[in-house]
Amino acid sequence: MSIKSAALAASVSVAAALVGTNAVALDLSGKTVEYVIPFSETGGSAAWANFYAPLLSKALPGEPTVVVKYMPGAGSTKGANWFQEQTFEDNPGTLIFGTSGSTQFPYLLDDPRVKYEYKDWQVVLGSGTGGVAYLPPDLASEMDGMDATGLQDTDFIWGSQGATRLDLVPLLAWKMLGMNVEPVFGIKGRGDGRLMFERGEANIDYQTSSAYLKSVVPLVESGDAVPMMTWGALDDDGNIVRDPTFPDIPTFKEVCEATPECETSGDAWDAWKAFFIAGFPAQKMIFLPAGSSQEVIDTYTEAFKAVTSAPDFADMSADTLGVYPQVTLPAAQKMADLGTNVSPEAKAYVKQWLADDYGVKLD
Amino acid sequence: METFVTALPALQDAFAQIFQPAQLMYMVIGVLLGLSVGVFPGLGGIAGLSLVLPFMFGMDPVSGLALMVGLIAVVPTSDTFASVLLGIPGSSASQATVLDGFPMARKGQAARALAAAFASSLFGGLFGAVILTGLILVARPIVLAFGTPEMLAITLLGLSMVAILAGTVALKGVAAACLGLLVGTIGEAGAGGSLRMATYDIPYLIDGLSLVIVGLGIFAIPEIIGLLRQDKAISDRSLLGAGWAEGIKDWWTNRWLSLRCATIGVVVGIIPGLGGSVVDWIAYGHTVQSSKDKSGFGKGDVRGVVGPESSNNAKEGGGLVPTLIFGIPGSGSMAIFIGGMGLLGIIAGPQMITNDLDVTYTIVWSLALANVVGAGLCIVLSGPISRLTRIRFTLLAPFLFMMITFAAFQSRQDLGDLVALFAVGLLGIFLRRFDWSRPAFLIGFVLSDQAENFSNNAHQIASFRFRRGLEDGLDYVASPIVLVIVALTIISIILGIRQAKHMPTDAGLKTGTKRAPIVFLMVVLAYMITAWVNAAFIDLTSDKIFPLTVGTVGIIASLAVLVRMMLVPETDPVFIDREAAGEDAEAPHGLWGTLAWFGAFLAGTALVGFILALVPFLLAFFRVRAGASWLMTFILTAVGTFAICFVAAQLNRDFPPGLLQEFARLPWPLR
Repeated sequence: MSIKSAALAASVSVAAALVGTNAVALDLSGKTVEYVIPFSETGGSAAWANFYAPLLSKALPGEPTVVVKYMPGAGSTKGANWFQEQTFEDNPGTLIFGTSGSTQFPYLLDDPRVKYEYKDWQVVLGSGTGGVAYLPPDLASEMDGMDATGLQDTDFIWGSQGATRLDLVPLLAWKMLGMNVEPVFGIKGRGDGRLMFERGEANIDYQTSSAYLKSVVPLVESGDAVPMMTWGALDDDGNIVRDPTFPDIPTFKEVCEATPECETSGDAWDAWKAFFIAGFPAQKMIFLPAGSSQEVIDTYTEAFKAVTSAPDFADMSADTLGVYPQVTLPAAQKMADLGTNVSPEAKAYVKQWLADDYGVKLD
Repeated sequence: METFVTALPALQDAFAQIFQPAQLMYMVIGVLLGLSVGVFPGLGGIAGLSLVLPFMFGMDPVSGLALMVGLIAVVPTSDTFASVLLGIPGSSASQATVLDGFPMARKGQAARALAAAFASSLFGGLFGAVILTGLILVARPIVLAFGTPEMLAITLLGLSMVAILAGTVALKGVAAACLGLLVGTIGEAGAGGSLRMATYDIPYLIDGLSLVIVGLGIFAIPEIIGLLRQDKAISDRSLLGAGWAEGIKDWWTNRWLSLRCATIGVVVGIIPGLGGSVVDWIAYGHTVQSSKDKSGFGKGDVRGVVGPESSNNAKEGGGLVPTLIFGIPGSGSMAIFIGGMGLLGIIAGPQMITNDLDVTYTIVWSLALANVVGAGLCIVLSGPISRLTRIRFTLLAPFLFMMITFAAFQSRQDLGDLVALFAVGLLGIFLRRFDWSRPAFLIGFVLSDQAENFSNNAHQIASFRFRRGLEDGLDYVASPIVLVIVALTIISIILGIRQAKHMPTDAGLKTGTKRAPIVFLMVVLAYMITAWVNAAFIDLTSDKIFPLTVGTVGIIASLAVLVRMMLVPETDPVFIDREAAGEDAEAPHGLWGTLAWFGAFLAGTALVGFILALVPFLLAFFRVRAGASWLMTFILTAVGTFAICFVAAQLNRDFPPGLLQEFARLPWPLR
């Protein structure tokens, strides 16, 4: 064990001892907690789950073994449908489920494959992230301050994973700015999208925060890319504010306000904001199955509080998770509500737009 | 020169870091894990890496890297055991090894084939590491030079290998490849998400069929069933003495071939997005094309082992280039490797090469060392393990059924996995029986996804460029790299067609009546037409154009075969039918009776779950089919059941549940 992570593990144990003052009867010693994620071993969710699993093991009473189980399929809806059928009685305190934006978007868009209901589940942890859009230097200079009007007569091409995924948020934002972005669908990951940008095949791109820090900041430093805007972050009242990880980059909201064509009110804006929240600030969450007892909810809440309040947690999580709040109850419940609810108008707007512009029909 | 000045101290530094007892120990643990996982058919680097991933967080970075790299490096070495000894592709990287490796084992040359394979693997692995050492500093522009048109061109080069591997009747090979491409399009389209030959009512089909299942179904099941019907050992000849020394000599004789194939492996590995499963086929195709005497291929020519095995280890070295420089995984196992590096606090990407060159080089050193240790262990083991081929196959087969069922289930943990395995296995049995090229089918399947996505994307970007200007567009689609690869593709097709005539027909294959081959052709044709019509009803052009095009070619090829069948007499090779005469026809056991054992096992699994179905299956099989004594039956059943439970527990994997498990909650391993 390296000194740094050994210290973190130790401080998690100490924090667990401190937080766990009210006597919790649940003892998981000798048990195995299954931490199921509806994704394969290869994605970002796997790294997220494997980061939390050993820390959670240390923080739960009785230090149970926490194993990550992968259940990929049908864009994560298969695993979520499976989780919907699990009962608390069968797995008292030994089953948790990690979801991502890819699980929320089909749910929000009434995808026919969705047979799960977020409202049945009990959230215990929420992990947010952000995203940054960037341009080649020559195109970035077409912007007049924050006014993106100068970009409206350029043809943009962009490597995208699909219009119904997280990529929906940037696509809608660029459309609202009056930009003409043609998505090339079918790439396998956002890393491939960045490679297309670096090769000059694409002339616009976005990355989630941690990927931006790792791979795009070097491009910005060498003068090959210029940040355009972030999607922003949410304050406690649900307003969009500057992303704390990138305080110097304007948010889409600011760019939209400065661009005459774009409106920060109305159906398009409401729809964008709803899907932005589901996709970024409320991207990843951990749930207990339907009908979980208060005792178990409290046990997990305290365990996650112990993990996230360990003094060096922020430092360690920054590499894997980015500099974003990792929230527990009651804030996590608020996040889950924001991330799994959109107004019928916003939903209808997005469905109509997907059908009109990309021929995607979700029924 | 400057790069070397920075590289040398980093290399020394890395050397000092890796040659510590603790680090070496972790690397050896990784090698042993990789060996154990790789030996198990259907489980590869992904299963092994996800096993160690939970321990990464908190490990010392160099030890963690040594563990992971040790594991990745030996999987393409150890997966050769299953390919050569049992005819089952040990992982997607050694499918082509089966073609000549397994016939060698049947001739009693298992040890020789294994040793040649391991020597080639060792050479390929070291070659990959050496190239990686130099390339890592300068590879950025090379990787960036490979855009979508370049990748499409390489995909086409891979498809061109169908020409040489098409078999006796070229048109049947083309039809088989088109069928493979079409089967590869089943499920959600990559571009627009339209469903093809699938429905939301059968969720399993939405993701399409996985390569593991298709590989096992097309190669393993037909071979196992075929051997089982003979009721003999895999090799009925006595083992050749000191076979392994001969194998190493074989590698040395073919060292230039090995070098060329290793180069192919590195190049394909470097390009992100192509994936490793095509490397061995390109290498095998090249081996056949470049050999003067082709009469032995497919019947146990050692060059058919040396070629693919040199390339698939070299690929791992090449695959580390995009992984480390761009943080973009070249394969599934590389993706987990990046995740594991993140947990160690090492971030793959451009800054890693600049700031942590010593860490980068510990990866390279571990790769080279792991290859030496892994290949060394495998060569030592090859003598004793090759004795497996002397065991009566009937005693081996139930364990193989057990293993491939378990492995197939790991791909999606769905009962559909077992249904798919059986269905693809049935297809494989008929492809083999009527001498349709199974490699051609598999190449089509493997490349289907890439061929479709790359052509869609390249078309979209190219039309965008052409709108901007003719010159801009031409620069994009006709870059020098594209032109060179396209030229290679054309040469490969021409050579393939010319040489296919000299490819030997399997002398033992006889023709029978016209009826059976025509019925099978009609079934294939019916599927192609159904898939074509199904695609025609899709609204999005991007999602329908590929299946329509491939379907059209496939239908034309099948119709041409049909016409030929009408015109020629029954003795024409187009009517080859293994059931008509030869080994299969004379086998003491029938095809359907033998297949029924496997089918009953799968059906039992669907009813009462894997373990509860396995025990009676093993008991019945050993007692009734194999005629073993009760004591022997009990011992073998206990050993098999215990072994599979042990592996599953170690890998933290579930067994397929059945209907019973829906209603009753049973303790592991019965659930």
